[in-house]
Amino acid sequence: MSTATQDTKHEAPAKPTTTVGKAADYLDQRTSIGVAVKEFARKVFPDHWSFMLGEIALFSFVVLIISGFFLTMFFEPSMALERYEGEHPASMHGQLMSVAFASTLDMSFEVRGGLLMRQIHHWSALIFMASIVVHMMRVFFTGAFRKPREINWIVGILLMILGLAAGFTGYSLPDDVLSGNGLRITDGVVKSIPLVGSFMSYMIFGGEFPGHHIVPRLFTLHIFVVPGILLALIALHLFLMVLQKHTQYPGGGRTDKNVVGYPAAPVYVAKMTGNFFMVFGVLVLMGATMSINNVWNYGPFDPSPVSAGAQPDWYMLFLEGSLRLMPGQGTEWVIFGYTLPLNVLIPAVVIPGILFTFLIVYPFLEARVTGDDREHHVLDRPRNKPARTGLGVAFLTAFIILALAGSNDLIATHFALSINAITWVFRVLFFVGPVFAYYVTKRICLGLQRKDRELVLHGHESGRIVRFANGEYIEVHTPLDEQERWLRVNYDAPAPLTIAPKTDARGVKRKGYGADKRWQGLSRFFYEDRVSPVTPAEVAAAHSHGEHDELTGSEHQAVEAGAGTSREH
Amino acid sequence: MKALAARRHHRLAPVVLLLLALLTTGGVYAALAPSTAKAETVSTADIETGKKLFQANCATCHGANAQGTEGVPSLVGVGAAAVDFQVSTGRMPMQMNGPQAEAKPPQFDKEQTAALSAYVASLGAGPAIPTDEQVDPTQGDPSNGMALFRTNCAMCHNAVGAGGALSEGKFAPALWETSERNIYQAMLTGPQSMPVFNDANITPDEKRDIVSFLVEQREGSAGGNALGALGPVSEGLWAFAIGLGLLIGAAVWIGAKSS
Repeated sequence: MSTATQDTKHEAPAKPTTTVGKAADYLDQRTSIGVAVKEFARKVFPDHWSFMLGEIALFSFVVLIISGFFLTMFFEPSMALERYEGEHPASMHGQLMSVAFASTLDMSFEVRGGLLMRQIHHWSALIFMASIVVHMMRVFFTGAFRKPREINWIVGILLMILGLAAGFTGYSLPDDVLSGNGLRITDGVVKSIPLVGSFMSYMIFGGEFPGHHIVPRLFTLHIFVVPGILLALIALHLFLMVLQKHTQYPGGGRTDKNVVGYPAAPVYVAKMTGNFFMVFGVLVLMGATMSINNVWNYGPFDPSPVSAGAQPDWYMLFLEGSLRLMPGQGTEWVIFGYTLPLNVLIPAVVIPGILFTFLIVYPFLEARVTGDDREHHVLDRPRNKPARTGLGVAFLTAFIILALAGSNDLIATHFALSINAITWVFRVLFFVGPVFAYYVTKRICLGLQRKDRELVLHGHESGRIVRFANGEYIEVHTPLDEQERWLRVNYDAPAPLTIAPKTDARGVKRKGYGADKRWQGLSRFFYEDRVSPVTPAEVAAAHSHGEHDELTGSEHQAVEAGAGTSREH
Repeated sequence: MKALAARRHHRLAPVVLLLLALLTTGGVYAALAPSTAKAETVSTADIETGKKLFQANCATCHGANAQGTEGVPSLVGVGAAAVDFQVSTGRMPMQMNGPQAEAKPPQFDKEQTAALSAYVASLGAGPAIPTDEQVDPTQGDPSNGMALFRTNCAMCHNAVGAGGALSEGKFAPALWETSERNIYQAMLTGPQSMPVFNDANITPDEKRDIVSFLVEQREGSAGGNALGALGPVSEGLWAFAIGLGLLIGAAVWIGAKSS
């Protein structure tokens, strides 16, 4: 037996003495879980606050599940009608309403802690989507979507879309007027799809809107299907993150082949636990002090009323704005008796389609125009990819303009403006704004890169002016330390793609030249303007320039002694 | 007193003093402020006073006999309720031309307003100023008021009367501060862009129900700060400003001890 030989070779490990130690040993002897714990606890993660944005999303999802579990105990997804007998709120007493709405009132006013749980749940949903968006911005602007993480980027986009679906299905459950208005818009959007629209709407609502089926259907989607898929995809998202290792910010000694950071245990176990309690605490605080979605303000659903200031939750606001901006006249065509409602189809289907397609294809597009199939584990500083940063800001600009357009009535009342003027301004800005934002952002990035070059070559300005015997004045520059220099010179500035000539050596036209030419054009758009990183030769040249051309002998020593630093011009 | 004297140089002492001063001033004002006058009966003298006030302050636009001029409505037959609403909310006399006349501190006192109303009412029959009983929120049914409000009013004034936008810079004002009498008068007379809801359309009792519903909304939300009762846009704004703001702050804090 091998055990016998081992026993002779090694000393027996010390027996655990504490209760926890004994329990762990008991478990380990039966499951060998120590191997997994050791492996995972020693796994190194790079450290940066922005890597915790995704964690905020994860933890708010945990809060969503906990509070959502509580809410399912009291919510009744039924569209049967009843008269509300409760005394609170007085404005609802005696009203005819669906059981779903009545149970929402009941859980808010009769169940102990019910309103708190409802509000925590809703705030968590808003923060879940907000942190997802901010996390995506971090990933996009630092280039964390590049190989090998394109798949995880797609998984992330699916998570965001599922988050939208979860929010939308949950929002509609209480069966109040406001969410009913939202469902009616959804119904209109579905019906605007050519040929199949009406049938799809009938399928969704089980007949003509609103019908008696939509709340129970949305309930099943909201508590079972959507969160189920969300959980599975979150698991995949995290698994891929661990498998591919986390990206790290550029800095001294960090390469695509290493990970510089701290071990998961105890550093990140502590940090994550802390972050979890922060997220939980902030969400509970918000739920306890700030009212959200007071459905009794809107009353039970009735297809006829719509109140001023009827808007969806913020993550759907861009769709609302898109619909509000679209001119209604002349955009609804009737062709052979079939209505083609472009006034709905374009803002509610085409525009979001373009936005989501951009997000999905971007990693592949950028890899193609860069001609890049290397693995990347060191992040980009946003300034070092001016075109990408510009496109990202342009995208956000379009998104924000649409969201603001969705709030145009509130902007009008709160800033004493004409809603008509606001709408026209946003119509123009939707097209002009992103282009302008792209141009300005790209220029700022290029400017920052040039500043970096300047710093690497000449050092920091010290503010010390030195006068030489011959009357010349110079300012003493402090050279960058190695860490500062590493950060500023270690990046790629790819050139536009070079392609094979149109004809081969014998003058025969080459197949695929046209496509190559188009890719090259796109590549020029990305990389025509670029600032290359400083090379070691350039640094050396700058140094020698400073030391030999202008300073000689005693002058140099005097400056050195006076400044305590070496001088560079 | 010794303990008090020892603390008089404390750096918070001025703040405490200021608070005390404010409380005293506020308390004295609340005790001594002029109380509301009782509605008096209309006399010929009132009408005469009203006519003089009208000719001095209103006739430039509305015409010497309130018959109206180009672009300015005649006031014959608008009734005392319309005048009381417009003048007691400060909308009239109008400060300047704009998308609509804005509410401002009223320019006339109670007696002057009553005189103006009496004068205009004498020109032709119109809706009278509602009695205190007609606008008493405690006698209304807020539940019925909710149903009426959301069918007739909420599309402009927001579901709980937080106000909303109309075209070309016009707006339906928020109703948090509007007095019960003014709410009733507005329904009765339809000022500016607002339609008239006459007594056949919404009965006096139903009008009182609406007043009752609106007054109930002023108690605030059971869920905490109402965030202006503006719905999802303000909720989203606060979710980012407070929620995400705090959480990103926490992330920066937790991640601070690093490279």
